[in-house]
Amino acid sequence: MALSQKTKEVLLGPLNANNPILVQILGICSALAVTVQLKPALVMGIAVTIIVAMSNVVISLIRNTIPMRIRIIIQLVVVAALVTIVNEILKAFAYDVSVQLSVYTGLIITNCILMGRLEAFAMSNNAWDSLLDGLGNGLGYAIILVIVAFIRELLGSGSLLGFQVIPQWCYDHGYVNNGMMMMPAMALILVGCIIWVHRSVNKEDKK
Amino acid sequence: MAKFDTNSNVYTIIYATVIVVIVALLLAVVSSALKPKQQANIQLDTRKQILSSLNLDLKGQNVDAMYEQMIRIDTLGFTTDKAGNEVPQIVYVATLKDGATKYIVPMHGAGLWGAIWGYIALNEDKSTIFGTYFNHASETPGLGGEITTKEFQHRFIDKHVVAEGALKMIEIVKGDATDEQVAAISGATITSKGVEAMINTTLDSYKDFFVNAQTENKVEDEVAQSSEVAEEVEEVESSENK
Repeated sequence: MALSQKTKEVLLGPLNANNPILVQILGICSALAVTVQLKPALVMGIAVTIIVAMSNVVISLIRNTIPMRIRIIIQLVVVAALVTIVNEILKAFAYDVSVQLSVYTGLIITNCILMGRLEAFAMSNNAWDSLLDGLGNGLGYAIILVIVAFIRELLGSGSLLGFQVIPQWCYDHGYVNNGMMMMPAMALILVGCIIWVHRSVNKEDKK
Repeated sequence: MAKFDTNSNVYTIIYATVIVVIVALLLAVVSSALKPKQQANIQLDTRKQILSSLNLDLKGQNVDAMYEQMIRIDTLGFTTDKAGNEVPQIVYVATLKDGATKYIVPMHGAGLWGAIWGYIALNEDKSTIFGTYFNHASETPGLGGEITTKEFQHRFIDKHVVAEGALKMIEIVKGDATDEQVAAISGATITSKGVEAMINTTLDSYKDFFVNAQTENKVEDEVAQSSEVAEEVEEVESSENK
């Protein structure tokens, strides 16, 4: 199935030119919290992608029935209900994953990317485009999370996905893990650096 | 379908009510439909945790079969919990493949950010630690979260909890630890102290079980010794009578 120009824009835009973290500056809080290690960052990225896509579709389907005055509340109810149902299903069929994810449930529900996309896109577009937008934004968010977590885990604990990567002889020669990498402030600095690189590369983004 | 004015007050209130009812129904249905499966998962997970404290490798094993074969639950009596309810105080009695008996005590405590819990397995002498298992709800990954690693849990093996007939506190210390102390996780002092408090408080509440065991063991030893002596005397007498 060939993707139309608009569809391509909707799906691929958030991966780079319209990245939720780098350009829309959404979802920063969880980008700081879960990127201490690579594995939670991956879990969070995948979870957010799925939830954003699903809630985008649901809101898009009922968008013409929602009263304007309570639309934010309705969006929140839909997201919270979806996250809870997904969590219940995971608890029944993939218990280990649900235990890991239960820590992030609150972080996903309050993630600004969800509310941002629901309000900015799903309320005024059809279900198919909303699905793509959700997937695109979720993946764009996941990519940045993985990059930040990669750097933080590698430099902060010398490991990746839990496996020790920096060999012992480095430590013996005086190399020390960068403790600052464990702190959220460092994640913010890293995101800032990535934005800097991103803006230099995407010069037409100058706004 | 008639076109509703989606911004009128009446519509807004009715809509909100309908959404709430639908969501509540949906959540209730999903939750109760999945409850049996979830309970089974939770029970399996708890059994895995208990067996973990016995230093067993559970990969690819039928955990339920292992558990049913090895573990028996003994109720030691009743205590009142924080809410004032009477709860049974239990100990898991494990029989290993080589016939050895281990006693596993469940523990609950507080870490830095949330609950921590675990199981501690003691040898038949009820005074030496055979193995431990710890888990947590929301400690920091890489710091307090390290209590779930085998490396940390193995630090407790062969430490004593009873010395000279009385309960001895487990000490978790920063930096180097002596033979009877346990090294804390660097960067996770509060969580480590939480583990220490959890173990000591739990063992204290099981004091009767452990300390009486020591006197029981002594009495049993003495009885065994005296019956051995009695047997020898009988043998000598019977051989004399021949």
